[in-house]
Amino acid sequence: MRYVYLEKDNLGKFVDLLKKDHRVVGPVKKENQFVFADIDNAEDLVVEYKPTILPPKKYFLPQKEKLGSFTMGETKMDKTTVEIEPTVIFAAHTCDIDGMECLEAVFYNDPADPYYKKRRKAIKVIGYECMAPCDDCATCATMDTHKPKAGYDIMITDIGKKYVIHINSSAGDELIDDHKIFEKGDEGDIKAALKEAQKKKLDKFKKHLKADFRDIQGIFKKSFKSAAWDAIGKKCVSCGNCTAVCPTCYCFDVQDNVELDMSGGERGRVWDSCQLEEFAEVAGGENFREERSSRQKHRYYRKFDYPVDKYNKFFCTGCGRCTRTCMAGISLIETVNELTKENKNV
Amino acid sequence: MCNCNNKDRVKTIDVNPLYSPMEGTIVRTEQMTENEKFFEIKLEGDRKLGDLPGQFVQLSIFGIGEAPISISSSPTKTNKNTFEICVRKVGVFTAALTALNEGDKVGVRGPFGKPFPIDDMKGNDLMLVAGGLGIVPLRSLINFVMDKRRDFGEVTILLGCKQPGDRLFREEIESWQKSTDINYACTVDKADPEWKGNVGVITTLIPGVDIDVNRTYAVVVGPPIMYKFVIQELIKKGLPDKQIVLSLERRMKCGLGKCGHCQINDQYVCQDGPTFTYEEIKGLEEAL
Repeated sequence: MRYVYLEKDNLGKFVDLLKKDHRVVGPVKKENQFVFADIDNAEDLVVEYKPTILPPKKYFLPQKEKLGSFTMGETKMDKTTVEIEPTVIFAAHTCDIDGMECLEAVFYNDPADPYYKKRRKAIKVIGYECMAPCDDCATCATMDTHKPKAGYDIMITDIGKKYVIHINSSAGDELIDDHKIFEKGDEGDIKAALKEAQKKKLDKFKKHLKADFRDIQGIFKKSFKSAAWDAIGKKCVSCGNCTAVCPTCYCFDVQDNVELDMSGGERGRVWDSCQLEEFAEVAGGENFREERSSRQKHRYYRKFDYPVDKYNKFFCTGCGRCTRTCMAGISLIETVNELTKENKNV
Repeated sequence: MCNCNNKDRVKTIDVNPLYSPMEGTIVRTEQMTENEKFFEIKLEGDRKLGDLPGQFVQLSIFGIGEAPISISSSPTKTNKNTFEICVRKVGVFTAALTALNEGDKVGVRGPFGKPFPIDDMKGNDLMLVAGGLGIVPLRSLINFVMDKRRDFGEVTILLGCKQPGDRLFREEIESWQKSTDINYACTVDKADPEWKGNVGVITTLIPGVDIDVNRTYAVVVGPPIMYKFVIQELIKKGLPDKQIVLSLERRMKCGLGKCGHCQINDQYVCQDGPTFTYEEIKGLEEAL
């Protein structure tokens, strides 16, 4: 672990350096929002950004992914391959890095997913610390994801005049190497400057959730029969946007795509959503989450309760995307606060 | 000019074929009813499936897709190199599957899931209850028990189906009755003129069975609606929740605890199930 400085004017040079050996993806402007995209020119990069429309999960679990190719009439796949390219995800927020950690917990859980593993190995993560909250949809302050913890090779923090570069892995170390743009300094001094800046920033982050981080799962354990679910069910239009934009939603469907000449095709997986009506339907036509209220409830429990037992981790990163994208105005903050209030009344 | 997708850097690498099926060859079929067909399947290179009663496989036909299918045979059967399934034609995949015949190939992944708790059940009496297609997965256990009959106490088999013509494995059931000591009862929802047996839902058979609740395991497999009523009857008899075993059906896409389709609250049916004790699932609102 080590720390160096980087002059703000040299950020673009850093990106250019990385581009020599890597595909670099990072936040760029798309109309009035932001997206993660390939960085063709370092000037396109926007490091001060609100959470992108889609989280960087698309680089780990592409929306559509080939599992293998097949010949019609055969039973085994001809080829099971994955295309990888050394990639740097540049300027990921700490909430999105937390999301990557969630995916990692799922896809490395026995049996580990071979496609995810290969992709993950080709990706290096450079974080960019938020020094101020993005908007009122984010709940990172409660979820404790507004500070760098783990899951990155390098973290960039704006301490005012300069950036502090925190190198968190040997892969990160290789990226920095001995390049002249990085400025060495006394490690104790750099760390102190970083701590100072991080301390100041925390005052700016307000907690929009009324519950404490540690109490949230307990609240959910008691909220299964809450009337809040019916209220949300009435609003929900079952579009599945909330799950598409969620950095920790990973459910997928497996589909066969056949060539027009019917000689063969590809079996692939594609993002699916538990919010869609047929998601939990079985062959006999029974549907175990027929109501929108039960599907929304399932989504919330898959963030705040079930994964805490299974992976010892909340699967809500506090990024606020589900609230921002919801066409029906379902707000995560309102929902969790409502459950918290009900619990206090009991 | 974009140079971000530098072709030299893109590598195509092989991955562990976790999703690639094994080759299965259909060695025997039997049209059991208008919509239900039986298959005996042999794996490539006489490979053994290595299944236990209650588990399932993902069967695959390229171009159509993949679906979870219960294994209907017991690993104790004479020919250890094959396994058996019985499929009802209800959707696109099962329509394609039931169109296959002897000699045709089908992809097989598995076995998946947690088997029936055989070790816990050994030394105890068994009450095996199947409704409709539930006999298909339950047959894996029934045949296991028949082959290891002396490991178990009294065995009662209760079957229910819509009408007499829907009864599956009729001859086999008769042979169980003849060759070993089992109590057997069958009921149909709707009789035909030749039917001389019970008429009514399966729950009507339960009160008449004399069980020792301290040493009986009930194993129930059937459509969702059946579980609620059968469990009620079993609890009325005083059977503890942990001695009631169920097998649940869900949609599955991976069988590996990833795709999310089979999830019942926090349980993944493909890994934590499909067999559960009632004790394990009674608090789960989405289970039954």
